[in-house]
Amino acid sequence: MDFAVNILALGIPFSVALLLASLGEMFNQRAGVFNLGCEGIMAMGAFLGMLVPYAAGQGAPVSGAFNLLGLLLAMGAGALLGLFFGLAVITFRAPQGIAGIGLQMFGVGTAGTLFRHFVGGTQSIPGIDRLPIPVLSEIPLLGPVFFSHNPLVYLTFLLVPAAWYILFRTPWGLRVRASGTNPRAADSMGIRVNLVRYQALAVGGALAGLAGAYLSLCQVKMFSDEIIAGRGFIAVALVYFGHWRPLKITGGALLFSLAQALQLAIQGQGIDFPYEFAVMLPYALVIVVLAFSRESLLLGPTALGKPFNREMRT
Amino acid sequence: MTKQFKILYRMVIILLAGAAAMLLGAFILWAIGADVTKTYSVIILEPLKNRIQIGEVIIRAIPLTVIALGISVAYRSGIINIGAEGQMAMGILAATAVALALPGLPKAVLLPLALTAGALGGAAWGFIPGLLKAKLHVSELLSTVMLNYIAAQFYTFCLRGPMLDPAEITMGSGTPQSMRLTRAVWLDRLVPGTRIHTGVYIALFLAFVVWLLLWRTSWGYRMRAAGAGERAARYGGIGVAGCLVAAMMISGAFAGLAGAVEVAGVHRRAIEGITGGYGFSGIVVALFGGLHPAGIVPASFFFGLLIVGADMTQRMAGVPANMVLVLQGVIILVIVATRMVLANPYLADRVWRRYRALFRHNMEE
Repeated sequence: MDFAVNILALGIPFSVALLLASLGEMFNQRAGVFNLGCEGIMAMGAFLGMLVPYAAGQGAPVSGAFNLLGLLLAMGAGALLGLFFGLAVITFRAPQGIAGIGLQMFGVGTAGTLFRHFVGGTQSIPGIDRLPIPVLSEIPLLGPVFFSHNPLVYLTFLLVPAAWYILFRTPWGLRVRASGTNPRAADSMGIRVNLVRYQALAVGGALAGLAGAYLSLCQVKMFSDEIIAGRGFIAVALVYFGHWRPLKITGGALLFSLAQALQLAIQGQGIDFPYEFAVMLPYALVIVVLAFSRESLLLGPTALGKPFNREMRT
Repeated sequence: MTKQFKILYRMVIILLAGAAAMLLGAFILWAIGADVTKTYSVIILEPLKNRIQIGEVIIRAIPLTVIALGISVAYRSGIINIGAEGQMAMGILAATAVALALPGLPKAVLLPLALTAGALGGAAWGFIPGLLKAKLHVSELLSTVMLNYIAAQFYTFCLRGPMLDPAEITMGSGTPQSMRLTRAVWLDRLVPGTRIHTGVYIALFLAFVVWLLLWRTSWGYRMRAAGAGERAARYGGIGVAGCLVAAMMISGAFAGLAGAVEVAGVHRRAIEGITGGYGFSGIVVALFGGLHPAGIVPASFFFGLLIVGADMTQRMAGVPANMVLVLQGVIILVIVATRMVLANPYLADRVWRRYRALFRHNMEE
């Protein structure tokens, strides 16, 4: 029982970075833009998120305002990078897959360059503390699993229904879905498809930036070049796995992070299993899941990855 | 478009991309308070100042050329290979395993055998995403990236476990690296005092082979047709699925071979971090070289220069070597964006009209 509680209590916070990034990516893809640069945006978010509290405290605990400022800076930079990507793939109609790799290299490279210049070596930061909810966290079993986390964990899980509501119950959500499914029809209904796509990229970028900042401020409590470790790419894959729906995406994110927590727990038990193979497992799982979600492509935004140009008949 | 115009047009795009990357890089350098002109002069000129440094540039250009050739074959066939990093690692493992398993063989047998093993290792790793794409429509952009992470873990597992140099265990240092390869698999040094090795010939020969394959055989025509338009190709009776798998395997074989050449020519044992971003830089080189062997060879020299130069800026100008990654990212973005703009004259026309209207409006006010 304790073993299961431990895995759940560990796995739920692990899922947050994936969840934030893939919810953002979901908005991008629903609007018709495939953003493979998510990894790069997350790296920038991770660096900028830790920079403000680090500079303010030089390793000593700082007031919450600085942490908040770091999170906001990460979100702002993420949104800007999303718009920058939009300039390439929406206005200049660059092929999205390869442009995404460009954004990834740019983001990871810039974050690493700035990190070496402003921080130097590996520096641990106090980060954001856990915030057990007073009464609820006392409940046995449920308390440690659900109510003894970081403030951002609660916030993220509140964001899931919010994302669902925005996507399926608001006019903007409708415009996003229309732009990704049938941009020509959306255009004839007076929706400015490319503007909507830019907006979705800004939202997605902000969420990816926040996801990165969560990693550096709450989960790892420092920055390194390998901090994202492919989570940006896994987030993109989770959007496919979750059929572009917030709830299914959440399920996917939880599945992967529980697998990761299980792997760590097994390591902790001292079972002799090569560490490298344990690390491989989540990546292999992504491939297997993608291979078996072939029919999901039919459910997705049909104009995904196609630039929209109202002057061209396609 | 005439052929001359096409070539000119490509060169304009590529120069534009280079200039834009330099500009954006300058902005970042300025933001961290570095001396922009000094940094750039160190990156571009310093590695050309003596023989040893030029040699270093060339030994980096060798794997870049080979990997970029493979990536351009895939790209021309309509599949993007981001997995060169992992395929290279698998190639290194396969070549090292063969070299360590058969130490007694003469050079004329063992060296080709090891290089072939490297190519096969990479091809096998490229086969997986190719098959997944052709049969199950799994995006190769995602599967190749995942396979990179898996290969990297497998690589360190082998270096720390089954392939670990026994001497490292007895000495107690435990550095994860393989045993030194026998002389029979070494690629000879070409120029005394530098590390330039005979891999140069292999790279140039492969460039010629790729040109021959893609532009002088019907098989290459089919590959390029599959890449240019899937539907039209299928209508023309071309098996697109087969082309995808073949393209990915060739691409993987090139990356694997690049790994084998690197291990036999430079390090002479498998060590950690050999792949060091060559797989990703290979994408930039392929695009920068216009996806053509004649462009890829000089492009890889240029990027070899950037990589060596970046290491020097770290020492000489205090600018982190990660700057290279920034420049490469921007170059990719600008190349893919400008190609579309220049291919579409309507866009330029529209921008001009909008600008003119704005201008008139201001005049009237």
